[in-house]
Amino acid sequence: MTTDAPALRRTTRRSRPRDTAVKTGSSGILLIVAFLFCIPLVWVILASFDKNASLAVAWPGSPTFDNYRGVLNEKTTYRPIWNSLLLCGGGTILTVVCAALAAYPLSRYRSRATRPFLMTIIFASGLPLTAIMIPVYAMFVQVNLIDSMPAAAVFLAASSLPYAIFLMKNFMDGVPQELEESAWTEGAGMVRTLWSIVLPLMRPGTAVVTMLTFVGMWGNFFVPFMLLLSPDKLPAAVSLFTFSSQYGQVQYGQLAAFSILYSLPVALLYLLLGRRLRDGFVAAGGVKG
Amino acid sequence: MAAVAETSTLTTGPGRTNDRDPARTARRGMPLLPAVALLLIFMAGPVIYSIYLAFTNKALRGEGADHTSLVGLTNFTDAFAKADFWNAMWLTLVFTVVSGVIGQNLLGMALALLLRKCAAWVSWLTGTVVIGAWIIPEVVAGYLWYTFLSGDGSLNKVFDWFGLGPQDWLISAPIVAVSFANIWRGTAFSMLTYSAALSQLDPEVEESAAIDGAGPLRRFWSITVPLIRRSIMTNLLLTTLQTLSVFGLIFVMTGGGPGTKSQTLPLYMYQQAFSFGQLGYGTAVALVLLLVGGVAALAYLKVLPKEDLT
Repeated sequence: MTTDAPALRRTTRRSRPRDTAVKTGSSGILLIVAFLFCIPLVWVILASFDKNASLAVAWPGSPTFDNYRGVLNEKTTYRPIWNSLLLCGGGTILTVVCAALAAYPLSRYRSRATRPFLMTIIFASGLPLTAIMIPVYAMFVQVNLIDSMPAAAVFLAASSLPYAIFLMKNFMDGVPQELEESAWTEGAGMVRTLWSIVLPLMRPGTAVVTMLTFVGMWGNFFVPFMLLLSPDKLPAAVSLFTFSSQYGQVQYGQLAAFSILYSLPVALLYLLLGRRLRDGFVAAGGVKG
Repeated sequence: MAAVAETSTLTTGPGRTNDRDPARTARRGMPLLPAVALLLIFMAGPVIYSIYLAFTNKALRGEGADHTSLVGLTNFTDAFAKADFWNAMWLTLVFTVVSGVIGQNLLGMALALLLRKCAAWVSWLTGTVVIGAWIIPEVVAGYLWYTFLSGDGSLNKVFDWFGLGPQDWLISAPIVAVSFANIWRGTAFSMLTYSAALSQLDPEVEESAAIDGAGPLRRFWSITVPLIRRSIMTNLLLTTLQTLSVFGLIFVMTGGGPGTKSQTLPLYMYQQAFSFGQLGYGTAVALVLLLVGGVAALAYLKVLPKEDLT
């Protein structure tokens, strides 16, 4: 540390003007990008407080909560959000449990089958989900599972499993094995070891997997749109789409207010776990295993 | 598809006793079962079923609904003879290349590079905004861009302000409009992937190249890109496949229209299967979509040296 300090200081001093210029330039460009990215968001925020909202951005003449009051009722907001919670919460729990179980042998034991299995998983995680929705619909019709929330949740879980297993395995690889060895010698079973030793050590990783899975399901439109029919079972993604027809004439202010209410849970989740999100991408980059 | 796992012979790790007791192998493979069962039933199942469906005349109403029968390659030859199919194919390629391969990747890479060199608060702000666009639900993103671009929307207000005539992007250039929306929505993924890859690099390599007199562009092409090649390929593959299957965003923004001007393969497939009730034909189109994805995947894997895989 002491020996490094003078050299470090010299480098800093020598390159300071250039570095400052680069820093200012980069920051400037990024601020412009951030501004441009914000523009489409401005409408939804302003319109949600505007009683007479139109399609164009406008400063609400007299800001009001009327739009929120208008949508905060069982039929418009509470039930769809509750349905989303059931569908995505159930799906996420199933995904994370199955992914954690599957990742354990993949991470801990070497086998000739591990590599092909992982390759299959990577390939399946890229499978365009849209392309299999017609056969899924046809299958669900045949076994009478259309319009069943549990069935839709299980399908959502299965479709997010490949990526979840892949991420979970990479996080698990980062947990040293020594701690488990002693648990093994003391006779703890595999599931017990996983639950009480490995998972607590990779809590940030599990959090990232859980969050990414949940956010993916929360925003998914096509799956519930195809598999659910009854208005009282529709999650927010689909009810938002049917919003305009419910009212005859589109109430843009209410549409904006509901959009915000519907986006809020995932935005909060992101704020809670935001910094850890990067760990997830570092782990996903470590495909080598 | 995922069947390998069931017959897996899990051998022992280096530090363990080296027996190949089948009972032990089975016990170790047990935790994989729930995941494998779900994947076989809900992912491999539909893929296999779609191969069957695509060769039938299954329909929601009419003849194909009463008696489903095999019709050979009819669905495919029908598709290949239709202008609407080729229109959808062409729009899918334009949408995927413009918004996924070029837009999201280049912008994501540029952002990742800039984020390394900027003030901390700017990095936080930009990261939050870009990830915010990624995290909000697809349908909401669709409405945001619909209101932003439509005839009475915000963009035209800005144009008015500059004295330019109004432009209805959703009508005059719908595929450009949805491409922009998709770049806006999807860039965060590339940005996060590339940021993660860049953060793994050893800064000394670049520094020594800088001392040797290599300019920033040259350093980027000759050092950074080869080092993160694997991330670039994986990301290109994932963004391509994600973009190929975009449905909700386009469905909400334009519904595929006006006419068929933004009807990509997923929307064409949906229209044929559900508006016209032709499940068999729709599945054949879906299978073509899967095939396009498979070809793209193979192309990327081919470019990547073998030792880089898993």
